[in-house]
Amino acid sequence: MVITGLLLVAPFAQAKLQVFACEPEWAALAKALGGDEVSVFSATTAMQDPHRIQARPSLIARMRRADLVICNGAGLEAGWLPVLLRRAANPAAQAGTAGYFEAADYVSLIDIPHNVDRAEGDVHPQGDPHFHTDPRNITNVAVALTKRLQQLEPDKAGRYKRQAGHFMQQWRQAIHRWQQQAKPLRGVAIVTQHKSWSYLINWLGLKEVARLEAKPGVPPSTVYLEQLLLRLKQQPASMILRTAYQQGRPSAWLAERSGLPVVVLPYTVGGNEAATDLFALFDETIRLLLLAVQS
Amino acid sequence: MFFKRASLLLAGLWAVSVTTMADEQAAMQQDIANIKQQLRVLQATQQGRAAQSANPDVSLILSGSYGDFKNDPEQYHIPGISRAEETGPGQQGLSLAESELIISSNIDDLFYGRFTAALTPENEVEVEEAFIQSLALPAGFTAQAGRFYSELGYLNAQHPHSWHFVDTALVYRALLGNHYGDDGIQLRWLAPTDFYLELGSEVFSGDSYPMAGRANDGRGAQTAFIKLGGDVGVSHSWLAGYALLQGDVRERLTEADSVAFSGEVEVSALELVWKWAPQGNASQRHLIIQAEWLQRQETGSYTISSIDRPIDARQSGWYGQVVYQFMPRWRFGLRYDRLKIENPGSAFEGTSLETGDHQPERSSMMLDYSRSEFSRIRLQYNRDESGIEADNQWFLQYIVSMGAHGAHRF
Repeated sequence: MVITGLLLVAPFAQAKLQVFACEPEWAALAKALGGDEVSVFSATTAMQDPHRIQARPSLIARMRRADLVICNGAGLEAGWLPVLLRRAANPAAQAGTAGYFEAADYVSLIDIPHNVDRAEGDVHPQGDPHFHTDPRNITNVAVALTKRLQQLEPDKAGRYKRQAGHFMQQWRQAIHRWQQQAKPLRGVAIVTQHKSWSYLINWLGLKEVARLEAKPGVPPSTVYLEQLLLRLKQQPASMILRTAYQQGRPSAWLAERSGLPVVVLPYTVGGNEAATDLFALFDETIRLLLLAVQS
Repeated sequence: MFFKRASLLLAGLWAVSVTTMADEQAAMQQDIANIKQQLRVLQATQQGRAAQSANPDVSLILSGSYGDFKNDPEQYHIPGISRAEETGPGQQGLSLAESELIISSNIDDLFYGRFTAALTPENEVEVEEAFIQSLALPAGFTAQAGRFYSELGYLNAQHPHSWHFVDTALVYRALLGNHYGDDGIQLRWLAPTDFYLELGSEVFSGDSYPMAGRANDGRGAQTAFIKLGGDVGVSHSWLAGYALLQGDVRERLTEADSVAFSGEVEVSALELVWKWAPQGNASQRHLIIQAEWLQRQETGSYTISSIDRPIDARQSGWYGQVVYQFMPRWRFGLRYDRLKIENPGSAFEGTSLETGDHQPERSSMMLDYSRSEFSRIRLQYNRDESGIEADNQWFLQYIVSMGAHGAHRF
């Protein structure tokens, strides 16, 4: 009975393009560009650290059926994506096929290290992978992803073009709006927990005066936090930024002693209750930052 | 007066709309400039990336330990079981473990390949794995060929550096010589379902413990396996499996070549792994519960001191373990091992493998610390009652990884 069920369901399920997205931001973009033509599965949530995901059996099963795999790239998924690709062995979605899309290929990465020395922490040799925190990068990825969708389903190319056109128009207007709203944030000094926000900082002209992790990926020691506290007395900041998935303790420690507010930004779609899509993600990000500056 | 006001107002409105238009235009021009700049950088970086990706991933694992225990490892025996070489409790005092060199890469659009060599502390090189795997067979099929670890059981395919304890489970040590791997081929099929269902089969040459002698013209052993898995909510995920291994054995030499076995071996294995992390975020807290049960049937005859001794014995065992990452970088683990030896008959009478009524068991406790994803230091205690004489074993171990960032299976 299960098998007949599968046989009955399968043709209908396959009518839509099956998209496997590694992170919620790319799932949201695929939904925005693909609309009703795609069925999108996100491998991770905003509450999970994308560096450290288990290559779960359910993800292998999902990837096997995918027509299109969209991942961030730039080494963000190095600890789990290669296992999924290899175990699922999906001919439609392997590196180099049309069904495999890495967003990092369409963005210029910053902070590409000249030398990679692991004594410096978990350094990403290809550059900082958290580029979706600048919405202008999402514009670039959206253009490329639209082309990819059209390439995979040429008969629906027109529909994808219309949907993308609609999205792009709204997206450009939204970027303009966010930039207007975020003007008071220019030059605001902030402390970050992990190196998750470099692109957002560049975009909004924030000033990162300190980072809680002395080295990326390595939780801070109390000694280092004490030093940081002293430094903040000389060089005051307005807030401490962290993502929803990061450990709350280090930032809470510093907040208690420095009196700075901790701003938990959604980081990606689903990072808080209001951040339900890409537009809401940046609406929320700007709103929370402004709130912290005004208070 | 009124006209003056109105015209001022109009002029103001016009000025505002012109500025917003100008703003928008400037923003768009800025966008275009940004994109052009990004394209230039992109072209440059992509050339660099292409050069990088042509190299295979290379990583080297180094490991060493300090062992403190009483019983002489040379005299270690599990009664009723003739074990493979190099499967004892390790060395006393300071010792180097095998260094593992792993080289892997996609070969082309159809093949992936991986090579794992173990460089032993005795300055020998052993090819542990060297296989190719298909990446693009249709309908969910995957084929693999070369030397590889069998899909039998959960721990079997794991290399020592990804074990949660210093040593593998007792039942793997006793029945499979730590791992079952051999030269062979594998075909597996992944069901097109939302939950994970995989079926597969392997044929091996039959040259490695518990098989030997490359029986049946070098097709001495075969396996069949089924694996199931899924998620329960966002915080739980699980994997279960059942596998069978069957083979013919010709002249399997153990105990420094003083014991030979010929006949038939059948192994069945049941595995269950359950992982929990709050909201699926394993970087903070993470719980892994796993248990496996293995049974081996040996039918044939042992030749010990030139005397043939018939055997039709069943050896089985299980382990259960819990490993909990209670805060980032720190993990604590408990494990219990048990073996059961049934009807060995008179095969081992008068030898050091004689069973009596001994029931081998072991309890372990460990604490480990990972500075990063690339290093780990572990302290472990075993109350080892697998041999006739009980032993208290302490280990302090390091495991580090250099080179490519390895990706691990569930």
